This record gives sequence, structure tokens and C-alpha cells, in this order.
Amino acid sequence: MNKLIVSSSPHIRSSLTTQRIMLDVLIALLPTTVASIVLFRLKALWLILTCCLTALATEALFQLIAKREQTITDGSALVTGLLLALSLHANVPLWQAAVGTAFAIAVVKLCFGGLGKNFANPALTGRIFMLIAFAEAAGGAYSHKTVLNNSASVIETMATPLNKINEASAKYLPPLKDMFLGTGNCGGAIGEVCSLALLIGFAYLMIRRVISWHTPVTVVGTVFVLSWILTGRIDFALYHVLGGGLLLAAIFMATDYVTTPINKTGKLVFGFGCGLITVLIRFFGAYPEGISFAILFMNILTPYIEKWTAARPLGAKKGGAKK
Amino acid sequence: MPLFKLGTTHIPHRKNTADSMPLRMPPPAEVLIPMVQHIGAPAAPTVKEGDFVYLGQKIGEAGSYVSAPIHSSVSGTVKKLETLMRTDGRTVPAIRIASDGLMTPDPSITVPVPTDFESFSAAVRESGAVGLGGAGFPTSVKLDAEKKGLIRTVIINGAECEPYITSDTQTMLNDGADIYDGMMLLKRFISAEEFFIGIEKNKPKCIEKMRMLFAEEENADVSVVALPSTYPQGGEKILIYNLTGREVPEGKLPADVGCLVLNVTTLAFIGRYFRTGMPLVEKCVTVDGSAVLHPKNLIVPIGTPIDAVFEYAGGVSEDLGKVLYGGPMMGLAICKTSDPILKTTNAITALKAKDALPKPTTPCIHCGRCVAACPMRLNPTQFSKALRLPADDMMELLKSTKLGLCIECGCCSFVCPAGRPLVENNRIAKAKFKAHLSANPVAVKNQKA
Repeated sequence: MNKLIVSSSPHIRSSLTTQRIMLDVLIALLPTTVASIVLFRLKALWLILTCCLTALATEALFQLIAKREQTITDGSALVTGLLLALSLHANVPLWQAAVGTAFAIAVVKLCFGGLGKNFANPALTGRIFMLIAFAEAAGGAYSHKTVLNNSASVIETMATPLNKINEASAKYLPPLKDMFLGTGNCGGAIGEVCSLALLIGFAYLMIRRVISWHTPVTVVGTVFVLSWILTGRIDFALYHVLGGGLLLAAIFMATDYVTTPINKTGKLVFGFGCGLITVLIRFFGAYPEGISFAILFMNILTPYIEKWTAARPLGAKKGGAKK
Repeated sequence: MPLFKLGTTHIPHRKNTADSMPLRMPPPAEVLIPMVQHIGAPAAPTVKEGDFVYLGQKIGEAGSYVSAPIHSSVSGTVKKLETLMRTDGRTVPAIRIASDGLMTPDPSITVPVPTDFESFSAAVRESGAVGLGGAGFPTSVKLDAEKKGLIRTVIINGAECEPYITSDTQTMLNDGADIYDGMMLLKRFISAEEFFIGIEKNKPKCIEKMRMLFAEEENADVSVVALPSTYPQGGEKILIYNLTGREVPEGKLPADVGCLVLNVTTLAFIGRYFRTGMPLVEKCVTVDGSAVLHPKNLIVPIGTPIDAVFEYAGGVSEDLGKVLYGGPMMGLAICKTSDPILKTTNAITALKAKDALPKPTTPCIHCGRCVAACPMRLNPTQFSKALRLPADDMMELLKSTKLGLCIECGCCSFVCPAGRPLVENNRIAKAKFKAHLSANPVAVKNQKA
């Protein structure tokens, strides 16, 4: 007779794996990746390749040296590399992109114990590291026209449109249609200019149930409502939503599992916090965008948000669940 | 009605045997009847080796208040009083009876005639009835909440949310008269105001049948409710919440919120018992799973070895890897197929080796699927985290995160993309918590104060 396997229930499992989730995120980033290459051509392609390969190489090397199990096949390093590349503008020197990616993977992710252990989003923190470390990365946003037309000697920097949002300079703003499609002369990181592609990715993630609507909708909703109140004009509020990498960050970074609250109420609080801080930085701070810092700050608050918003278990005394 | 929607999980239903009318299996050569087939004290054997026993004759006397008597499921000779080691490592006394193949019923069996609640409850106790949904809590003990005047609502559980299992479905489709009789007895002796029959929507025939059964004017207090086909709809606390909106507090019983919950097969058995007087000696069992060649429903004498059931059902695949009492979500894996069918066995699930292996485990990515799936609104990651803490901190965290409320339905482990053993960890944590409490009686006292 066969030897029977004895184990604790449940005896069936869903077929979903971490690898499949990461693959879904990569698929969701595909429209944006394609859009960035269409708009910024080879510059975008080299940037993406550099970041992705650096991410994989850093993880493999780190784990080889640290004698840990190789995990590059789970796809998470690739997601980090691609996301970081998409959040950079096209004129970032490739060596800087490589350094930033290596920092994101080695310091932000692996030094904290690898997948699932990091407290801050690696791609986002890598980007912030680059903003602080390299002037070029922080230098501004280039539209695809600027990037493709310029020669190396004449770098015409164009500030992200968000700087221009006020009554006096409203006439310099690119049309909203260009902001949505990434065409025309609107600048930004290679992955943030085409909002349409990002929204397609969002729809895919929702359909595949990889993310819930809670975080992205509250982030965008908060920014929209607050900037509408502060500027008094609905079209200005739309510029705030479409510009400054808000959608890229709200859909792909604020929804990172590891560094954001695990429960729905927590996700709503997290999203609201991100939106609020973004608006505060944009209107009263020195940086024209701000979503990166907002998410990083909320990443740090995540354990507390989880504690404060934990649901009351069915049958537990009122108020007894929190502690 | 419930205020909020609880977490649920969509699991494959795999109700392959929904249309399989149960076949009555002939008595096996031998049965092995354990004295523990319920929650509570073991029954005490009342026969000795060499005794002749009739079908339905009492062979084990209830050991305490929370216990149930055991009856012989065949007629024949007591071969041996032995001990049976169960999967959980506990050894229980068991009686091996060689069947004479005649199934001669005990001539002393009489049809009980209940006149008041006391005599009704006493007869139910003598019938050996326990919760047939799988938990095996003695039914008469549940009924006794009536004495304290607690029961306002009776809930009949026909959800049958586990994959594969269709034995309750068969009861509802084929034993309508028994269910009706059982319900009339409850209405006569239990002073409840409302009676629910909860059935998952994936059994429309059962819902229709039950609605027809209780369509008359005088049964206006019986409502047949179609529930969403999501797991674990049939969990007692979940069912109570979804039907009445009441929450069973931590450490309390359904009776504390005025509910009596009976499985539909238990109810049908009670109805039949008060018509025939034949105690609980057989069980409708779904035999299914990837390793079962011809899935079907069988009516099996209690104590029949699982081997014999497989053989009668048409055999199992060569690469048999796992055999379960019950379904794949909450079923208990067994070590040897010579183990017997119990009162609480509503299915035997046999899986091929390739389906029996666990999913590879990768790090937790904090995706929150377990939190969203938990019907009790718990956070399973917290319990696993607690297990890595020093003892005192562990107990503190387990207490504050309400480990005690976990019903071990397995949704968290099922949905986890990282294949983490979440509910398995909860069981370990529960055991550690219990050990901690018994080692620190002072702490228990302070906790209560």
C-alpha cells in the first residue's frame, strides 16, 4: 500500500503565486513601457534596459556574496528596475540610473532582508536617492520633443508643467489632451507622460485583482479635490492629476504590497495621506511634484496605520481589537 | 440581517456527485467502532469479547454529560476490544465486531414517544445523535439550551460549502420527509420564534425542494434562505451572522446569542429516529477526489473501514497520495486506510500524490489576500509573526489579535500566493497559547479579572 501524506488542512491551494503577481505587474507596465519607447525612442530603451539588468545583476550578486537563496526568478527585482527606469526622465546618464537601481535593490530591499521585508518601496527610494545625489536627475522634466531634437550641447530643460499652474502662466501649459496622451510638448519622466497607458495598466491590475481600487483612487481623488479647492479651477486640478508622475506613483508605487497597509481601511488612510502630503509639497514646498516623498513618508507610517485601522474581528468586544 | 459583508473565498466547488443518489453499501466483514466519535468524554464499552450484538444495540454508554452513546452498526459478534490511534496521536478505545451479514435489528428497539422537552431531549441523547456536519458536538447538549430559555432562533445548516461533498445535498433531495418530521419536532419542543434553513445558491434543487416542503401557511415561521456560494458559508458563526446579524462573542456558544444550529443531516436523522427508533448507525458519505475512480455517494455502516468503502465505490487510483475525513478545506488527513467511517464522516476525499503535495513556500509579500479572505476579520499574518516572538510577547500579541476567534476554515492558507502555512501556524499558536495558560494559572486568573 502507498504511504499516505499527512498534513494539516487545507489540502488544496489557489494556483496564484508571487511570481504570477509580479508577472501581472510587468504586464500592466507594458503599455507604459511601450509608450515611453515610442515617445522617447532609444533613450528610453537604453534607460529601461540599464535599470532592469542592473536590478537583476545586483540581486544575483548580492545573494551570491551573502550566500542566500537566489530569488531573481520571482520577478520582483525586474519590477523594481522597470519602475525605477519609468520614473526617470530621458536625459539621466545611464551610469547614474545604474547606481540608483543598485542602491534601490541592494540597500533598500536586500539589506532589510529581501522581498517582503523592506519598509520602503525600493524603486521609489532609489529615485529619491538619485534626486538628492545627482543634479541631473532632479534637474527637471524633458518632453519627448526636447529630448529627440536636442543635440548634446544644447540641453534645453523644461520644468514640469506643474510649475506653471497659476493664472498668470496658464497660457504656457500644454493642452490637457497632450497631458493625457504624452504627446506634444509636455515633459516628465519617461513612464509618467502617457496617462492613457498607465490607466490601461491600472485596468489590467484591477481585472486581475492584483490591486484594489482603494489606494490609487484615494490618492488621485485627494490630490484632485485639494488642488481644485486651492486653485479654484477644475482644469488646474486635472493638470495636477495628470502631471508630476502622480498616476504612475498612485497606481504602481502606492499599491506596493510590502510597504503599504494590508487592510482596506488602512489603504484608504494611506491613500489620503499620500494625496495630502503631495498637495502640501506641491503648493507650499520646494519641489514641483512631491508624490515620491509623500509615499515614502506614508511607507514609514504604514505599521501604525495598520494598527489603528485594524478591523474588529467578528465576535470581539467593541474596541478590543486595537492594541 | 448582517451589517457588513464578511470576507469569503471563491474555491472550486467540484460537486461531481450532486446527482449521485446514495447507494446502500452491504455490511462489511468487520467494523471497528471507536468510542469517541464526538466532542466530549469517550463512551464506556458495555459489551465484551464474544458477545452477540444486534444492529442498533447500544455498545457504549455516554461517558459524561458532554458525550454520546455508541451503537453497533451491524449484527454479529464482538471480536475484540482494542485501541485505535487517530491521526492526532490520541488513542481511543474501539470495538471490533465481526458482522454476520444479516443486519438483524435489536428487537428491544422501540419508537420513542416524546411528550415534553425533557423526554424529547432524553430520546435524542439515547439516539447517539451528534453534529453530523463534521464537528460532532452532542446534539442533546445543544438542545438543552432550551431549558435555560435561550433559544430564539433555530438555524438548519444546509450550506455544504466544502468542495466535493454532496451528502447533505442528497439528504435534502431524498429525505424530505425526515427533514420535515425533524422540523416539526423542533417546532413542538423548542420555543423558538424563527426557523431558518440556509442553503448555498449552487444547490437550486435543494432550495426549491425545501421551499416546497415548508410552503404551508402553518410553516410561515420557517424561511429557506439562499446563501452566496462562497466558502466558508456553512461555518457556524458565519452562518449565524449572515442569517441573523448576531455575532457569537469570543469563547461563547451559539446559544449565547439565542441560536441553535443543526446540520440538515442531523435534523433528518432526528426526524427518522422518532419514526423508526433506529439509533445513529449509518452515514451518507461522499466518496470523491482526484484519486477516486468512480465518485459517488454511499450509505455506509459506521465503523466500516475506508478500504472497504473504496473497494465498493469502484477503487482508487494507483498513485493515491492523501486520504481525508471530510473535504479538502477542513478535512483531516489520515495515516492508514483501515481507519473506520465515523458518525461525523460526511465524505472521504482521496487525492492523487501530485495533488497532495504542498505549494512551495516563498516570503510573505504582505499582499493582504489573507486579511481580505478571513471571514472572522482577523489578520493571519499577525499570528505567524507572533510565533517568532519570545513567549510573553507572543502570548500578548496572540491575545490582542484574537487568535481564539480563528475557526480554522483555511481561507488564508488557500489564497496565500506565497504558499505560507497560515492556518497551520494558527493551530500551532493555539496549542502554545493553551499550554501557556495551563502553565500559568495565575495569568489566567488575572486575565479574567
